[in-house]
Amino acid sequence: MTTSTPKLSLGPVPYFWPRETLLEFYDRIAITPVDIVYLGETVCSKRRPLKTGEWLQLAADLQAAGKEVMLSSLTLLEAGSELASLKRLCREQGFMIEANDMAAVQQLANDRPFVTGPSVNIYNARTLSVLAGLGLQRWVLPVELSRETLAAMQAERPAGVATEVFAFGRLPLAWSARCFTSRAHNLPKDDCQFRCLDYPDGLLLSTREDEAFLVLNGIQTQSARTLNLVSELDDLKQLQVDVLRISPQSRHTEVIIETFYHCLRGDITATEAETQLGRLMPVGPCNGYWFGDAGMDARLQAVR
Amino acid sequence: MKLVCPAGNLPSLKTAVDQGADAVYIGFKDDTNARHFAGLNFDDRRAAEGIQYAHERGAKVYAAINTYPQPSGWECWQVAVDRAAGHGMDALILADIGVMDYATKTWPQLPLHLSVQGSATNDAAIRFYYEHFNIRRAVLPRVLSLEQVKQVAANSPVPLEVFGFGSLCVMVEGRCLLSSYVTGRSPNTFGACSPANAVQWLETDAGMETRLNGVLIDRHGKDEPAGYPTLCKGRFQACGNIYYAIEEPTSLNTIALLPELQAIGIEAIKLEGRQRSPAYVTTVAKVWRAALDACQQDPDNYRPQDDWMTELARVSEGSQTTLGAYHRPWQ
Repeated sequence: MTTSTPKLSLGPVPYFWPRETLLEFYDRIAITPVDIVYLGETVCSKRRPLKTGEWLQLAADLQAAGKEVMLSSLTLLEAGSELASLKRLCREQGFMIEANDMAAVQQLANDRPFVTGPSVNIYNARTLSVLAGLGLQRWVLPVELSRETLAAMQAERPAGVATEVFAFGRLPLAWSARCFTSRAHNLPKDDCQFRCLDYPDGLLLSTREDEAFLVLNGIQTQSARTLNLVSELDDLKQLQVDVLRISPQSRHTEVIIETFYHCLRGDITATEAETQLGRLMPVGPCNGYWFGDAGMDARLQAVR
Repeated sequence: MKLVCPAGNLPSLKTAVDQGADAVYIGFKDDTNARHFAGLNFDDRRAAEGIQYAHERGAKVYAAINTYPQPSGWECWQVAVDRAAGHGMDALILADIGVMDYATKTWPQLPLHLSVQGSATNDAAIRFYYEHFNIRRAVLPRVLSLEQVKQVAANSPVPLEVFGFGSLCVMVEGRCLLSSYVTGRSPNTFGACSPANAVQWLETDAGMETRLNGVLIDRHGKDEPAGYPTLCKGRFQACGNIYYAIEEPTSLNTIALLPELQAIGIEAIKLEGRQRSPAYVTTVAKVWRAALDACQQDPDNYRPQDDWMTELARVSEGSQTTLGAYHRPWQ
């Protein structure tokens, strides 16, 4: 079987960072070897670190720096105002849209090519083929699916559809109408005082015996552990995965990108990369979903 | 508004019909539905008997085939659709796009409802399923406020069904992987949340501990009742406090909102609880039938009766009820 080297992508920033922090972050990203950059607010419509015009300027700047830029849409749409913003976003020319809800797919289907993010439930080849018929160019494997399922999907994937796998970062696990960050501060959601700004990597939730468990990020819940598939790069290449996604964190994102890049090129071994990345996680690693186990499990690197 | 009741077995189906359900929803004995619990659900013989019982009495039966098949299990979902069609089910409740595509192409006359597991929280998402699969009804996730439900109803291309009573998902259904993160099995993949095989109850010096695949979900003092460790309803630590960080162990009860839901034009009210006993189904079906009739006859003077509330409280999880997201401050 032939193998190919996947591209690297940087997912949308899931956290609420101040404007300056965000702009400085992308200044640094512009000079990393990442190929694709997803931009935009995907979690909470109240967060507006940048105005629409500023996002578009940033997108143009990153494009000028050689990046392929995608605009990511909001994941949970409830209010009419959120739907109206989505419709405006889907008319934006010059960049492809990452649909994170079926509302976005509905806007884009049969009109413009699009990409789906990890929260669009594509669990089987028939779903993939229906969406491919409507203009799907690339899809992100839902994070709870295993290597085995990916392999079966790859075998049946329609021509012209690229596959992206979430390869590094805290896992997006759940979405709610309730804001858990404001709840932790005894504040109503409508008066949250933007407490998410205080948690650049989300608010850690632990069990009653102090085991780091989940991360509260506004209306989103993430894993406390960081998914890391760097030890599986050979397998991901064999499976003809086109893009590997790294999800931003407040520190070390550039180093993480560099590490994946050098590991893909063979400059460093998977073991070296894993050791290096292990030091850069807020809590610790997990990779259970890949093996069909509980997502929180951390299997040691397979001996090769 | 129509009353849609849960049935995890034949006695529940029969009592729901007897108590005045307009429709009953059921699942097959496998992971094709979101209540895949041991000892629950219908084989072909019982499904046929249930459908006959319901149809003879003017009630409809819907089949929930609302989990997400992966390639290795695809045929099982296809077979479930064919079985439901063969039985003459009145509608299929589906979530997965691939399954909907198969159902529409194979059984074009069979009405489809979009399951709550399809995560459609806005009219544009509903429109997708309407345009491509001709869905006849959509079930809304339990995360919308009444005002938001009203907005969706005003713009939706199909009538809506909303949850009225039962266990409350605080996360958007179909978009919650917490259970598989901890146990390897989720509602999407396996049809169960916080599955029983992963649960441990441990009596310790510190109290009764409930664990899910080893993760401490809660610890209960001597006088505290220890509920089932659904993982979003445990007590955890954040910001130095120990509290129900995600949701209290409460049930949803929207019986007070019926006139407003009726005015919005909601087509059907769904009661949760296929995993519950026939006695539960009897109680909830009876109370909600009475409430819907009272609301329809005289919405202006409708008021939930005390005995309804007492009966519902008796069968509620945690013996407490909430308006959930319908009541905006809850969010």
